Amino acid sequence: MSDNTKAGPEPSERVAIGLTFGNSNSSIAYTVDDKAEVIANEDGDRQIPTVLSYVDGDEYYGGQAKNFLVRNPDNTIAGFRDFLGQEFKAVDPTHCHASAHPQEADGSVSFAVKDKGGEEAASTVPVGEAATRYLRRLVGSATDYLGKKVTSAVITVPTNFSEKQREALIKAANDADIEILQIVSDPVAAVLAYDARPEAIIEDKIIVVADLGGTRSDVAVVASRGGMYTILATAHDYEFAGVHLDQALMEHFAKEFQKKHSVDPRGNARSLAKLRLESEAAKRALSLGANAQFSVESLADGFDFSVTINRIRFEMVGRKVFEGFNRLIEGVVKKAGLDVLDIDEVIMCGGTSHIPRIANNFRGIFPESTEILAPATSATAINPSELTARGAALQASLIQEYEATDIEQSTHPAVTTVKHISNAIGVITVGPNGDEFTPVMPIETAVPARRTVRIAAPKEGGDVLIKVVEGGTHIKVTKAEPKEKAEDSDEDSDFDSDDEDEEKREKIWKVGSLLAEAAIKGIKAGGQVEVTINVLADLSVTVTAREVGGKGGVRGTLSGQ
Amino acid sequence: MASVATVMLPLPALPSGWSAEKDFKAVGHLSEAVQRSIEPVGPHFLAHARRARHKRTFSEDDRIQAQESAKNVEDGDESDVSEPEDPMMLQSEAKDWKSQDHYKILGLSKYRHKATEDQIKKAHRKKVLKHHPDKKAAQGRVDDDQFFKCIQKATDVLLDPIKRRQYDSVDEEADVEPPTKKVLQKGDYYKLWSKVFKAEGRFSKTHPVPSFGSSDATKEQVDEFYNFWYNFDSWRSFEYLDEDVPDDNENRDQKRHMERKNTNSRKKKKAEDNARLRKLLDDASAGDERIKRFRQEANAAKNKKRLDKEAAEKKALEDAQAKKEAEANAAAEAEASAKANRESSKKAKEAAKNALKKNKRVLKGSVKDANYFAAGEPTAAQIDAVLNGVDAIQAKNDPDEIAALASKLNGLTVADEIKSVWSGEAKRLVDAGKLKDGDVKALA
Ligand SMILES: Nc1ncnc2c1ncn2[C@@H]1O[C@H](COP(=O)(O)OP(=O)(O)OP(=O)(O)O)[C@@H](O)[C@H]1O
Repeated sequence: MSDNTKAGPEPSERVAIGLTFGNSNSSIAYTVDDKAEVIANEDGDRQIPTVLSYVDGDEYYGGQAKNFLVRNPDNTIAGFRDFLGQEFKAVDPTHCHASAHPQEADGSVSFAVKDKGGEEAASTVPVGEAATRYLRRLVGSATDYLGKKVTSAVITVPTNFSEKQREALIKAANDADIEILQIVSDPVAAVLAYDARPEAIIEDKIIVVADLGGTRSDVAVVASRGGMYTILATAHDYEFAGVHLDQALMEHFAKEFQKKHSVDPRGNARSLAKLRLESEAAKRALSLGANAQFSVESLADGFDFSVTINRIRFEMVGRKVFEGFNRLIEGVVKKAGLDVLDIDEVIMCGGTSHIPRIANNFRGIFPESTEILAPATSATAINPSELTARGAALQASLIQEYEATDIEQSTHPAVTTVKHISNAIGVITVGPNGDEFTPVMPIETAVPARRTVRIAAPKEGGDVLIKVVEGGTHIKVTKAEPKEKAEDSDEDSDFDSDDEDEEKREKIWKVGSLLAEAAIKGIKAGGQVEVTINVLADLSVTVTAREVGGKGGVRGTLSGQ
Repeated sequence: MASVATVMLPLPALPSGWSAEKDFKAVGHLSEAVQRSIEPVGPHFLAHARRARHKRTFSEDDRIQAQESAKNVEDGDESDVSEPEDPMMLQSEAKDWKSQDHYKILGLSKYRHKATEDQIKKAHRKKVLKHHPDKKAAQGRVDDDQFFKCIQKATDVLLDPIKRRQYDSVDEEADVEPPTKKVLQKGDYYKLWSKVFKAEGRFSKTHPVPSFGSSDATKEQVDEFYNFWYNFDSWRSFEYLDEDVPDDNENRDQKRHMERKNTNSRKKKKAEDNARLRKLLDDASAGDERIKRFRQEANAAKNKKRLDKEAAEKKALEDAQAKKEAEANAAAEAEASAKANRESSKKAKEAAKNALKKNKRVLKGSVKDANYFAAGEPTAAQIDAVLNGVDAIQAKNDPDEIAALASKLNGLTVADEIKSVWSGEAKRLVDAGKLKDGDVKALA
């Protein structure tokens, strides 16, 4: 992808994995027999905290490093992925509050940590170097697990990762002796992970991917057309994410503690760090169980603290954040120019997507026909924390035998930039209320593309007309009879004034401009007609129609613009 | 794609008369397409790439060109919002957060209640990047986190829909003061008041909010405006101005007292706000020339109606009069014509009578001329018998028949001719059974 690429290993000698490298957690995945699996590191973690910590000259990474946030925060580097390739003035240091703070070095970002041990002064670790050190450890764990040296990886990033950030990421990996085969967008990796399941049917569908992480929430609307993916809209949110739920719980527990012991555990850094770690643990436990134990030894002033919290309480405490997610996902659908009725699937990924309340809220936002792929709402959901790594591993297995230049040429924008049709193409059929549009090729299909449908002829057979037309949709809203509203009592009524007038919303096709007409004659009773629409890159359209099982047929072409 | 969808709704039958060469008619073209980037991921993409590359090699220029043509779905982190930071504002202290201008803190002064959630998020991020204490530390200013805390507070309020609404309720910066009389004298009455009500409209529960409109608004529009606003349904509330309630459990009574006090004060403020709005409306309507115009127009219309009515009444009266006269005239005429008729019929009768007399004279004269049918001097008996016969015939004939008979006799002088007329007549009447032979023997 860039000049940073070192001469990588020969394709035949590659050992390739999939990587996600988040601000909070990272994962490694590997494919065996076309099945992707997320690998546990030596600590047994599959979600490996993106943290490095230096104690007495020793380097710790992952869960062990995260635990040092309590005792050794200044020499612990966390929450740095987004800093890669950024100028210091463009980074948000918020999530490094309880670890090594980012510092400016030549306009870019670095950390000052004592990584040498002894009495030596802190050294400056640029963020790229921190990434290299972390990736080396991460891939090292994969190498240990697989028993062979991992040479290459496909890595995922958020859709708004800039060109500079991508270059910095490749450099950091290369410096750790890892060849980056390809950088893939997080939401697309998640879609691929689902589509690669053996039982998956490749259909035309619109997917919303909600990637709810620790420090950020990223949502994307993806058109999936014949197994190819196009991102229609994205939104990124740094205000509502996993840490904000931790924050809400911390406040809750701190107040409880304060009530009991009259000490605010938020008053000193170490108590705060304990509070944070245990709040996060309680939050995770509540994704599985109805209750969770929060217990910390010597939380503050030597007082131990142990309480239980139930899920309902947690859902109240986190309500604002949950509602933020709702608005985020509704917003991105709108941004794509779509309606919730247009969405076929919602894929929930990222650690925070384990939380049942969020999936249930989304269940309420989308119509029943929309599948919400999260553990709480779907028995067949894939672990949200593993989706992107799995997708990356699948892509790695697809391309690992290609030469690097081959990969570069195949992913070149000249190849990926293609025309997408701006209306659905379909055929007129006869419904109970007259002419109806029956879609054959949906809007936002990348061309060239071909779609075939079989359509019934009238029962008695005979001659039929095939009218090929463009079509669009609109949303029809029918207001149900307004219920008698109870007299608004004047006092604070706007608190629960959720007086949603029941309304029915439907997606209605409307017939657009006529493209072509064709006739198929003498169809036998009970017969069917097969119509194939083939759109070429120049937007010319070839229509082929024939009676199923019959001879001959009709074929004609419309020229492009 | 492998699977072929099956559609159950049938195709339409071919309309009679449809025909095309090879049974295919090209009619239109596909609409303009959109250039987008497909994701270079998955097995189907690899197949696409193989076809698209087709042994070509793409250059850096191709990359730039392709990237420029593709629709961008990322809008970039930078917010489009930028306004200079007031040095005084940068001195704000977090403890005074309640009175701070949250929008201004985030650089959203000119958006205020209209700022979208997305704008608030982006504005917040922009401010964090600049004012996070770690950024200050880089410039040698440590412990300078007051303004940063203000930013966090502002974001906290503005990203919480409930808190934001409470703040927007008391955001006086978004108010537009009603124009003074002096200002209004310079004109622009409608523009000035429009602004006031546009700003007030932000509190409306129902939308759209009718606007004040301009001088040429129709009566319907103006009526709609005042109806809407005199019945304004506002979400405005005043909890934001509550006094702090102690957060501990010790002072329960005081807590309850404070809560009660706050509730009452909210109610009072709400009532005051309603009164304020009513006064605005009263003031706006008092000088509203449109209302005067409509009143005048209504008066004029009313006057016109009255005049019309009077005219109508007058006309009705006149019409009635005329009708009466016409009736009288008609009656008189009828009378006259009846009289005339009567007179003319009298004359006719007289004429008829005269004619009859004359005819009778002819009859009598004819027998006399025929010498009473005697060969010599007729005898008295002869004369009598003939005249009796004539009388009998006359008596059995009506005046017309007499006239006819007279005309036959008129001019005859020869006795035999006269006699034959009379005998013919006598025979006719005897044949008709009107006379007996004996009655007219003398004329037979
Ligand atoms: N089972 C769970 N239930 C609830 N929250 C969870 C669960 N597992 C992980 N999380 C939360 O998910 C977040 C981490 O998400 P993820 O592992 O996707 O990280 P990430 O992609 O690195 O995030 P980011 O880059 O946004 O910081 C943390 O806030 C963590 O507490």
